[in-house]
Amino acid sequence: MREIILKAENISKQYRLGQVGTGTLSHDLNRWWHRIRGKEDPYLRIGDTNDRSKKGNSDYVWALQDINFEIEKGEVLGIIGKNGAGKSTLLKILSKVTAPTTGSIKSRGRIASLLEVGTGFNGEMTGRENIFLNGAILGMTKKEINSKLDEIIEFSGCERYIDTPVKRYSSGMTVRLAFAVAAFLDPEILVVDEVLAVGDAEFQKKAIGKMQDISRGEGRTVLFVSHNMAAVKNLCTRGVVLDNGRIVFNGDIDEAISTYLINEKSDEILINPNTYHGENCMILNTRIVNEVDLITNAMDLILGTTFVGSINKSYSITIPVFRESTLSFVATSFYKDEKINCPGEYYIECIIPKYLLNPGFHTIDISIVDETGNFEQLLYVKEALSFNVIDDNFRRGNKYNKGWGGAVSPVLEINLRKNKINHDK
Amino acid sequence: MNNYADKTNEWLFEITPKNRFFALNFKEIWQYRDLLFLFVKRDIITVYKQTVLGPLWYLIQPLFTSITFTIIFNNVAGIKTGSIPPFLFNLGSIMVWNYFTSCLTGTSDTFKSNAAIFGKVYFPRIITPLSIVISNLIKFGIQFGIFVIFYIFYFFNGAKLTLNGSLFFFPVLIVIMGVLGLGLGMLISSMVTKYRDLNNLVGFGIQLLMYVSAVMYPMELIKEKLPKFGWIVQYNPLAYVIETSRYMLLDIGSISILGLIYTIVVTLVVFFVGLLVFNRTEKSFIDTV
Repeated sequence: MREIILKAENISKQYRLGQVGTGTLSHDLNRWWHRIRGKEDPYLRIGDTNDRSKKGNSDYVWALQDINFEIEKGEVLGIIGKNGAGKSTLLKILSKVTAPTTGSIKSRGRIASLLEVGTGFNGEMTGRENIFLNGAILGMTKKEINSKLDEIIEFSGCERYIDTPVKRYSSGMTVRLAFAVAAFLDPEILVVDEVLAVGDAEFQKKAIGKMQDISRGEGRTVLFVSHNMAAVKNLCTRGVVLDNGRIVFNGDIDEAISTYLINEKSDEILINPNTYHGENCMILNTRIVNEVDLITNAMDLILGTTFVGSINKSYSITIPVFRESTLSFVATSFYKDEKINCPGEYYIECIIPKYLLNPGFHTIDISIVDETGNFEQLLYVKEALSFNVIDDNFRRGNKYNKGWGGAVSPVLEINLRKNKINHDK
Repeated sequence: MNNYADKTNEWLFEITPKNRFFALNFKEIWQYRDLLFLFVKRDIITVYKQTVLGPLWYLIQPLFTSITFTIIFNNVAGIKTGSIPPFLFNLGSIMVWNYFTSCLTGTSDTFKSNAAIFGKVYFPRIITPLSIVISNLIKFGIQFGIFVIFYIFYFFNGAKLTLNGSLFFFPVLIVIMGVLGLGLGMLISSMVTKYRDLNNLVGFGIQLLMYVSAVMYPMELIKEKLPKFGWIVQYNPLAYVIETSRYMLLDIGSISILGLIYTIVVTLVVFFVGLLVFNRTEKSFIDTV
């Protein structure tokens, strides 16, 4: 049976930009003057949508506008969006840290929020004392904490230090202890911000596992905010995508993730219509030929461009591929000794095989070199294309989702063979 | 389906833009009583962790202030304290005054100094100022202990010390002092979130306030010496609390029922206005602090 445990109705939140200081008193007085005459708040109307990259006309912005959603009991809702889309503001409103400007949230369960681990930790107090203090801040009673104390200490893995002041802890240990307290919270609704991005690999695994237990095993309702799409995919059953303070998608988590990733393309250039001129030559119509919205590492990626040369020369094309601003590799026509013999117009294609690119943000440059002379560079196009490569790990059936280091991540053959050891010998 | 339809009307709580005009959720505060206790414990123990003298620091400040006051105001300026040893007179006044100022300064930057916690997690905000008032009460208790020791010391050294029945009402007086400090502190802390200027005011305001609160002189004296300005002291509710506390502890000066009623009324008004403003602020102060 469906049971709505939390309902948000017309939530909006307005913020004032710039220095809050001079003018505050005059605005307050003006507001008050409007209110006693029974008029609308004069500053509520003039807000712009919250697009951080554009210059607006007023000092007020809407960080959230007309947010409506419902959560059913036992659902794990992922809230995703770019930086500044309003995710944190929404979480703050849900956890009662700040009030919405308009609208209301109705809830049928206790909400505990985990916007940060270790809120209120006091360095002078011991680990044990801090467990009680932090637990109480998060809404547990002393009795509840007492009954879970052993489990918390064990989960944190800080048993040896538990009676030492927290200021002597390493930062990793503090985080472990803090997460351990939070993990044993017992609310009907748990609101979690990106707290998983802390601790070492072992602890992250433990933390994600615990989150899964909470949502799946114990049937708790969870609201989860993260930039880690793999973690979101792993944990959530439904997704809400925020963009500039509005809900742009609300539904199935896979669709939500692709909506977000398409939305995210603000700095993606999949088709570059610009023409770049060099010495007697030009590059135009650079684009990704694959007709897809999402680029994953599971597809053979085809880059295409057009080159026009006007004088009698032969050229070579070289394409440096950058991943997160670091050079990954260089694709070049030198290898095959294929020359562009001009005058004439050439369409050039470069195929990047699947599972070569390491997921992440990529940019490509194009360089044109004079083959006839002494390899003089005639044209260099910086960031001709930029695109995000999404990890397709889940299609390979691999549960590991933290990503691998390295410039590229080719799928290489690894052979395993179990050795038969004869112990009797 | 019936079941479902029924349930839609029973929400546990609602988050709305504004608090109701006056909302003090006692049930919620009761739920967080453990937090209140832990905050008090934190305030008390973290002060003297890694110090040599530990809780003795609570005594050093009033003792040295009393000695200084005795030298300056009684020996140099020649303020008379009757049959009471000036040191005991000053110690008693300072201890009560200190309780007020520590409550006021402690609570007056509640929002600013706790912005980091308040910005991340919700609990009834009033827990924080309450914990400050309570932990200061413990501090006051320690200072009261040293006062009793000096009282006995002077008594056996031949000072003429008498007690009267009003002593039993001394705890009430301390509660009034605490509530007044809390109310004023909540009021200021709420306004500091927008207007930082007030923070500067509190520091020296308290210093000036001490001179018109009959801390280092009997209330009678100001009426006698400065008849034109005596009204400042007379309209100051704090002066009545200090004067009355000396009447209760040392049996000197006067007790004015009218003055006390005036004090209680002012205290309640300040407290409720403070609470009201605090309640309105706690919902969205994080946007302006």
